[in-house]
Amino acid sequence: MKQLQTALDAGRAVRDKKIGAVELVSECFRSIEENEPTVHAFINFDKDAALERAKSVQADIDSGKLTHPLAGVPFGSKANISTKGYETNCASKILEGYKPVFDATVAEKLNGIGAVCVGKCNMDEFAMGGSTETSRYGVTRNPWDKDRVPGGSSGGSAVSVAAGEAFYALGSDTGGSIRQPCAFCNTTGIKPTYGAVSRYGLIAYASSLDQIGPIARDVADCAAVLDVISGKDPRDMTSAETALNLDKKPSVSGLRIGLPREYFAKGLDGEVAEKVRDAAKLFEKFGAEVSEFDFSEKNMADYTAAAYYVIACAEASSNLSRYDGIKYGYSAFSEKDNTDLLDNYVNSRSEGFGMEVKRRIMLGAFVLSSGFYDAYYKKALRVRDLLREQWAKVFTDYDIVLSPVAPTTAYKIGENLDDPLKMILGDMYTVAVNMAGLPSVALPAGFAKGLPVGMQLIGRHFEENVLISAASEFQKETDYHTQFPIIK
Amino acid sequence: MSQYETVVGLEVHVELATKTKIFCGCSTEFGAPPNTQVCPVCSGMPGSLPVLNKEVVKYAVRAGLALNCDIKRQNVFDRKNYFYPDLPKAYQVSQLYHPICQNGFLEITTSSGTKKIGIHEIHMEEDAGKLVHDPWEDCSNVDYNRCGVPLIEIVSEPDFRSAEEVVTYLEKLRETLLYLGISDCKMQEGSMRADINLSVRPVGATEFGTRTEMKNMNSFKAIFRAVSFEAKRQIEVISNGGTITQQTRRWDDNKESSFAMRDKENAQDYRYFPEPDLIPMNLSEGWIAEIRESMPEAAAAKRSRFVNEFKLSEYDASVLTAEKPLCDLFENANGICANPKEVSNLITVEIMRLMKENAVIADDVHKHVNPAHLALLIKKISDGAINRTVGKDVLNAMFTEQVDPEAYIKENNLEIINDTALIDSVIAKVLENNAKSVEDYRAGKQKAFGSLVGQAMKELKGKANPVLINETLKKKLSE
Repeated sequence: MKQLQTALDAGRAVRDKKIGAVELVSECFRSIEENEPTVHAFINFDKDAALERAKSVQADIDSGKLTHPLAGVPFGSKANISTKGYETNCASKILEGYKPVFDATVAEKLNGIGAVCVGKCNMDEFAMGGSTETSRYGVTRNPWDKDRVPGGSSGGSAVSVAAGEAFYALGSDTGGSIRQPCAFCNTTGIKPTYGAVSRYGLIAYASSLDQIGPIARDVADCAAVLDVISGKDPRDMTSAETALNLDKKPSVSGLRIGLPREYFAKGLDGEVAEKVRDAAKLFEKFGAEVSEFDFSEKNMADYTAAAYYVIACAEASSNLSRYDGIKYGYSAFSEKDNTDLLDNYVNSRSEGFGMEVKRRIMLGAFVLSSGFYDAYYKKALRVRDLLREQWAKVFTDYDIVLSPVAPTTAYKIGENLDDPLKMILGDMYTVAVNMAGLPSVALPAGFAKGLPVGMQLIGRHFEENVLISAASEFQKETDYHTQFPIIK
Repeated sequence: MSQYETVVGLEVHVELATKTKIFCGCSTEFGAPPNTQVCPVCSGMPGSLPVLNKEVVKYAVRAGLALNCDIKRQNVFDRKNYFYPDLPKAYQVSQLYHPICQNGFLEITTSSGTKKIGIHEIHMEEDAGKLVHDPWEDCSNVDYNRCGVPLIEIVSEPDFRSAEEVVTYLEKLRETLLYLGISDCKMQEGSMRADINLSVRPVGATEFGTRTEMKNMNSFKAIFRAVSFEAKRQIEVISNGGTITQQTRRWDDNKESSFAMRDKENAQDYRYFPEPDLIPMNLSEGWIAEIRESMPEAAAAKRSRFVNEFKLSEYDASVLTAEKPLCDLFENANGICANPKEVSNLITVEIMRLMKENAVIADDVHKHVNPAHLALLIKKISDGAINRTVGKDVLNAMFTEQVDPEAYIKENNLEIINDTALIDSVIAKVLENNAKSVEDYRAGKQKAFGSLVGQAMKELKGKANPVLINETLKKKLSE
């Protein structure tokens, strides 16, 4: 198996003048040229622009202007994160050719420390999906088995990291979209506390659930990226004042780690369960107190996914209404056949959105329509409140909750695509975290039949540092995360 | 037909006069070239997010306090979803579930007495853009400058029973908002717009009739006509055995009638839900108290203060306060020269005459007279540096040519003439040339004296000190 450098190692090599920023970009593009035909992690990339950028970053490193540990290190950005003048199409036809006029706050922050963007990573259209199969620009393949999905929606981001095409990548997580592809591709990712990272410039799927986060080769890299992109943003009212205190690293010894029994019940693959339990044993060895618990008498897991889909789709139906085929992106308008405004709306949206996006827009519009609002949307908000209360209670007894990320390892391309319900069940361990706005770190826990198994550590709001600390200790004792696929 | 009573409720939209828009830093100024006051936020670019302008909340609270409302301490915004080219996000951020102000009233006085009109609620929202039809190209262009301009919607209870009450309320509301300094309330520019909900019912009935909603009135006069005509139309329909359809109607002031736009069955489902991009905003007691204490003085309070403090007549005080720009001019000029009687006189007599002659509306009066110049002019008159007649001429020039009074007086050599030798000689000449008048005066005709004063003034181009003229003339005539 091929060894790949971490982002922090690469950054150190640049600072020690063992390698140049330009050379790092070239290295990524060598992998891109080699692997893209197989994995297709990127929708669009611009080698010349990346090399140009690396040159100017190198100059600033040489002059001492840039000193950040990640200066000069290439990264990939999910295709829903706005980058000025650089096509950001959310893997949708409706945003074909759309070049934002402004940078997302996270892009601005990464530019500020001398990061070099290699391209825009593939994703499920508008981040709706868990397999990167709903992209308008083709499926991304799992580098561990090209017949399998990489997970999603940040599938391209995870694959770019796993395949050596970028040292780290930005993803976004609305219901598991960072964590699940990490589990399927053997990468490490952080879904930050809601509000920890600015959403300004993130093209919205579900505003109250979306968070941008890092995907990388280990948790130290993720923490370094999170440190750059987090913080209060005056342009995003939902971003929080609370600082993350990432330099505080509590010891795992003495931490109380809980395993929710509901998450290890029916539907969970036996080998996945075994790997996660093995990890729990290792934490126990580090001195953590590990025990199992039940969320409550009422099994909230049964309601969580339903409530999640009601809320996410409701918000999506409104967020995606602005794509009307007039202002930017795809338009069905033609002088000849299309004289009518309504025709243009209907045709542009019918042709511009894919099946899954349309399904969610319709579901969302339905649950918000008069006469159904109370029965669906309002009830879903109540479920969310109950979930938050339930998690708050759990976190009086535990510091960390350890669970699987997905019920299975990566499945075959096309296997679940026509079965949206099965797809939804695949999210059951991840969506609860978004519903409660909690932070979670997903990291490799081993392999089952040659495919990566992931686990997630869930913590209290703004206690990313506790999770990072535990994950870091785990990665010191294990080598799962250092395994890289042979792409063929 | 007299057995029917008209029931009206109003929804008044008012654009707030904050410097910047409700969710971004773009200017709200009216009249800029299309799409020059836009940014990613107000043009709804993907990924942009709203940041609430606190000044908007402050203005809304001011309105609520002035209209005796309860102020909601926790404020939440909602999205109102609909497709229209002037709405770039395809939703309007508004407040459906938790309006900022509720349960208020405004007292009005009409020919039928004094009455409280209930204010159901006031909520904050963003304005949409504007479609400008280009008849030459036969297309519509979109101007997003107005997108995100803050609005409050003031929803009354259905407490009006006549067109007179409706218009009296709107006038009082306009005056109140103007004096709060939160809107310029210009109906022609659309910064104040009223929708009329109207139904009729037999006198004595307790149930409301089916109502219609009327839009597109751009003056109080048009509103008066629209209410009168719609009431008449509904009564006729019912009297002829018909029923009223719940619908939205568009008023055409030129045709003096309204036309159905859409029926209730075609009403849109706006799919309201709480705006997830804005966090709930808590108004502290301290902040509300601060707003309450810093509320600008209302027109009625100003009227009584002008009478009590400045000893102006009730009439002058109400003329001055009827138009806020004139009131501002009065207060600002008086603040400099501390001569309320004189400032009031010049405004209510001379400036208002000049406005009429030059077709200048009150909103534009600041372009014609500035308070510092007015104060200076008054000081010149009261110090005796120029006489009153000259003062009027200077004011004319100030108003029409925006001259600086000081420079104008100097350039045109208009200072008062106190030179007794010159006055003596001019009067001697006048007496010599007007022997007949002198004779008449001596014969007891007082009128002749005035004619002689006028002659002398004319000789001195109106600049002479009138007291000196009078004294010298009297002295000479009695010699």
